[in-house]
Amino acid sequence: MSERKTDEVTGVETTGHSWDGIEELNNPLPRWWLWTLYLCIIWAIGYTIAYPAWPMISGATQGVMGWSTRANVAADIATHEDNNAELVSQLVAADVATLPEHPDLNRYAIARGGAVFRANCSQCHGSGAAGAKGYPNLLDDDWLWGGDIDAIMTTVRHGIRNTQDDDARYSEMPAFGEILEPAEIDAVVEHVVSLSHSDFDAALAAQGAVVFADNCASCHGDAGLGMREMGAPNLADAIWLYGGDRETLHKTVEFSRFGVMPPWGPRLKEADIRAVSVYVHSLGGGE
Amino acid sequence: MTSQPDQPLYAARVPIFPRRVNGFFRRFKWWIMAITLGIYYLTPWLRWDRGASLPDQAVLIDLANRRFYFLWIEIWPHEFYFVAGLLIMAGLGLFLFTSALGRVWCGYTCPQTVWTDLFLLVERWIEGDRNARLRLHKASWSLHKWRLRLTKWVVWLVISVATGGAWVFYFTDAPTLLRDLLSFDAHPVAYTTIAILTATTFIFGGFLREQVCIYMCPWPRIQAAMMDPDTITVAYRDWRGEPRGKGNAKTRKAAEAQEAVVAAQAAGAGAARYAGTPYPGKGTQPATPPALDTVSDKGDCIDCMACVNVCPMGIDIRNGQQMECITCALCIDACDDVMARIGKPRGLIDYLALSDEPAERAGAAPKPLWRHILRPRTILYTAMWLLVGVGLLYALFIRSDIELTVSPVRNPTFVVLSDGNVRNIYDVRLRNKAGEARTFRLSLTSDDLLQIGLEGRETLSVTVPADSTVLQRVYVTARADDPAAQEDTTALRLWVEDVSAQIRASKATTFNGRGTK
Repeated sequence: MSERKTDEVTGVETTGHSWDGIEELNNPLPRWWLWTLYLCIIWAIGYTIAYPAWPMISGATQGVMGWSTRANVAADIATHEDNNAELVSQLVAADVATLPEHPDLNRYAIARGGAVFRANCSQCHGSGAAGAKGYPNLLDDDWLWGGDIDAIMTTVRHGIRNTQDDDARYSEMPAFGEILEPAEIDAVVEHVVSLSHSDFDAALAAQGAVVFADNCASCHGDAGLGMREMGAPNLADAIWLYGGDRETLHKTVEFSRFGVMPPWGPRLKEADIRAVSVYVHSLGGGE
Repeated sequence: MTSQPDQPLYAARVPIFPRRVNGFFRRFKWWIMAITLGIYYLTPWLRWDRGASLPDQAVLIDLANRRFYFLWIEIWPHEFYFVAGLLIMAGLGLFLFTSALGRVWCGYTCPQTVWTDLFLLVERWIEGDRNARLRLHKASWSLHKWRLRLTKWVVWLVISVATGGAWVFYFTDAPTLLRDLLSFDAHPVAYTTIAILTATTFIFGGFLREQVCIYMCPWPRIQAAMMDPDTITVAYRDWRGEPRGKGNAKTRKAAEAQEAVVAAQAAGAGAARYAGTPYPGKGTQPATPPALDTVSDKGDCIDCMACVNVCPMGIDIRNGQQMECITCALCIDACDDVMARIGKPRGLIDYLALSDEPAERAGAAPKPLWRHILRPRTILYTAMWLLVGVGLLYALFIRSDIELTVSPVRNPTFVVLSDGNVRNIYDVRLRNKAGEARTFRLSLTSDDLLQIGLEGRETLSVTVPADSTVLQRVYVTARADDPAAQEDTTALRLWVEDVSAQIRASKATTFNGRGTK
């Protein structure tokens, strides 16, 4: 406990605490400060009545103003949709393939599509659309199922290899581990490597070419250039969805790959599907 | 300074009733007021023909379209450094003038000073000069007092509305806005701005006055740091004026009459403020007797209080340099007037450099003015001011009618194409500042064999509409076996060329390769 003392100069009682010999006068709080404090308390009480504040068992008090951030956002979104209604109806009616001829509509579609992409597609394809292992890079010029805007739109609408949408593009590579011997797989991998690399074992690749012609050429083509109707990748280019080294290729042949994309038709609005297709087409790989 | 340990940090306002004064500095101040207010009120009404698509207001801050027009100069948002540079120049200019001539900004051109002066003028017209205003202040609230006060406030309010009203004209087409304002069709922001500026003008100019300078404005404290003994400032020649006293019967009588008024007025709370501390020079008289007064042992100051009565800040300059003094020089005019009447030379209160005091005390001539003003400090401020100014002018003249900014897309930094080529993407914003549509051709220079292509276009040309910008995605591709594709980064430069006008602009950027080399 501190000792009560009175300051000699002012005659005011001190708080008794001493800091380096300096003591604090125990003056009352300034009146303006006190009233500001009271006003703040009254304000706070009024505020918690007016706005959502007190946490209860199943939610917070709602406040008498009926204010809610969610309702505000919904109203904002509705306002923007109203403002853009004309552009949206144009976008839904337009032939997306000719969209670049209408700069304003095209710009709107790309902006809207960018937002749709970041909300729905970036989880797999990355925020910059560069994809990842197993998730196609949408910026390059290699398209499994076609890269013109209508092909992109079909992919977005129906998805890939899913069972929810009957119109989804579907194909399946068999797991050749059950069909071929490990040595045959090694040979066919060497042949695939030889299609795009200069550094390979020619004898092994020649064996693999036979295996390839028997087992793989039906989908990937005799020269390994792939087939878009089947979503069969081109094996002679520099782009590998799962990796192009021998080990990964061996795994791919042995177990096969089966990338699935959900159908977005049921989830997105028609304008969103068109917009995101235009956006993806504009990223640099569009054909 | 008058600081004492028990002095509170804030003193309640003591009403000040500055007396009318005539003289050189007062006339100079009227001129300054007329010129500054004229510039403020008339500038938005100057027209400047920029062609059909652009506004024809000479000075326009077009926030809605993000353009700033100043005569023939058009500033875009990315050129805001011009505004920053002008603010730096204004700051350095203030330093320069303060170090050379003291607080001339405060005394002559500060809006607070100008509008307070204007309000005082109105007050004097309606309520009379100092003594009449003092009487009115003390009088009880009669019909007469109400009439005068209300008249004064109405005139102040009209000036205040005009002040706030003029401000908004800088931000949109003035004639259109005036019409909208009068028909109540203007944007609420305009009315709000006018209301706020009207309120601040009315309160600051009419009621707070010197309180703004003393308690609200940071400049008095900052400016004091820029002054030194060589700075020309308003000061009292105490070696000439002290000890104060009366020269002859006539002036003594007049002075006593003055003193009676002062005493009556000082009976209130003002006493402490006017009294100040005793002049430090009192009692320690200079060894050499003042040369100017050989008739009596009194100094030239007859203690008539004229300098105090005219001071809009309510201080006594004879107490020495004070934070409150805005160096408006009205006390000089008042004192010179009195000196002329009692047959003494002018300059008892004067613009002078405090470093001259010892010389003047000894009866020697002060240093010439230029030697006070030309000092390393002022030369340095001038040099810095010029440096920024020349830099801005240079930037103004080298800037082109076309401009581009290049943002390399970093997500991802590069894309490998099916043939192994490496491609980088750049978002290029092209700005066409001309009043007509222009076609720009893009190209690039680099040591490597890079190919350029534009998203959505067959050619390398982009047409940008008049006075607008276009965002264009640009692809730069390196062949798989090219060094640029294999190295981490390669320097390159993107060019934009208006073929018809022979104007080029460029930006340096980098190309990201696979980094396998």
